Amino acid sequence: MYGQDTAKDVYRDALPVIVVSLVAGLFAGTILGSETMREGIESVPGLLLLLPAFLATRGGVYGSLGARISSGLHQGIIEPRFELDERLGNAIVASFINGMSVSVFIAIVTFVVLTMTGQSGSLLQLVGIMIVAGFLSAVLMLSVLVSVIILGYRRGLDPDNIIGPVVTTLGDVFGVLFLLVGIYVTGLIL
Amino acid sequence: MSIGGDVDGEWSVWRMVRTMVPLLAGLSLLQMASGTVLETFEATLLTQPSLLVLVPVQIGTAGNLASIMCSRLSTQLHLGTFELSPSNPAIRANTVAVFGLAATVFGIVGIAAWAIGRVLGGSLGLVEVLTISLVSGMLLALVVVVLSVVSVTASYRLGYNPDDTTIPVVTNLCDITGVLILFGVVVAVL
Repeated sequence: MYGQDTAKDVYRDALPVIVVSLVAGLFAGTILGSETMREGIESVPGLLLLLPAFLATRGGVYGSLGARISSGLHQGIIEPRFELDERLGNAIVASFINGMSVSVFIAIVTFVVLTMTGQSGSLLQLVGIMIVAGFLSAVLMLSVLVSVIILGYRRGLDPDNIIGPVVTTLGDVFGVLFLLVGIYVTGLIL
Repeated sequence: MSIGGDVDGEWSVWRMVRTMVPLLAGLSLLQMASGTVLETFEATLLTQPSLLVLVPVQIGTAGNLASIMCSRLSTQLHLGTFELSPSNPAIRANTVAVFGLAATVFGIVGIAAWAIGRVLGGSLGLVEVLTISLVSGMLLALVVVVLSVVSVTASYRLGYNPDDTTIPVVTNLCDITGVLILFGVVVAVL
């Protein structure tokens, strides 16, 4: 029964997904440590400042969406089907709004911190990078997360063990990658 | 998918946005603390890519462990089998599993970050990177366990759905402590 798992069960259930996300984390770290990204960090003032907030936001937004869907499935009030039922639809729309508004907020706060600490930075550049990176993350995370949870649940996997790794894996790798895309795109426009 | 709609209040878009946005905004403000730490170490990070590689892995793994533990505790809460007590077998099993997973993962991470850092042009030795990874990883596991149990209990007592609150709160706090612990250990070792 759920809740009666021993430490060994939890370890064995979680290890494969944790190792997969570890590999993805190393991949994200490698992108972060790459020559191109290090140039980006040097050329965009405030990028390291917003990095933790940006990476963590996606954990918060999409991790809680996953946990919500998982509890809904366990309680039987969400069906593991791809028809957009109203609860699932609402949860997805809310996550998108949350993700985008917080991304813009982070850009503004980063600019304020830069200004307060006497550094120069461009508000437009930071907001542009966050909008591009936030939007691409939202599209990717929402589609992959919902699919993986529903397909996993149908195959008898406990969604509680899948959500965290999926969110951090995709979140970190694509978060860092989409930041690079954001730097590139805003560089073209501004 | 009308806003509000005929589903219960718990699943309305407005309710989910109103609960989450202030929380996520507040947590992004806190994240500026780890952003500031990263910025302070910018010069070191740009010359020692192993440390830059460690950042997302360290944060991601802590977030993973925290979200597994929180999701499991919060589902128990929904099913009515959660009880805050050191003799609760579920809390014990999860705690032991989190420490086991941390030891496994941060050992691998240390070796991998060292190797990748070498390729990207860093100069840190294996013993240094491995020590930094393992020491900060085990301290982080302790933080994960304590924060998961405290926040699931607190959100339950305050009447919030733990799915909306615990995961964002715990992953964010783990990120922040993760960066603080990581650079605390970096300063101590290097």
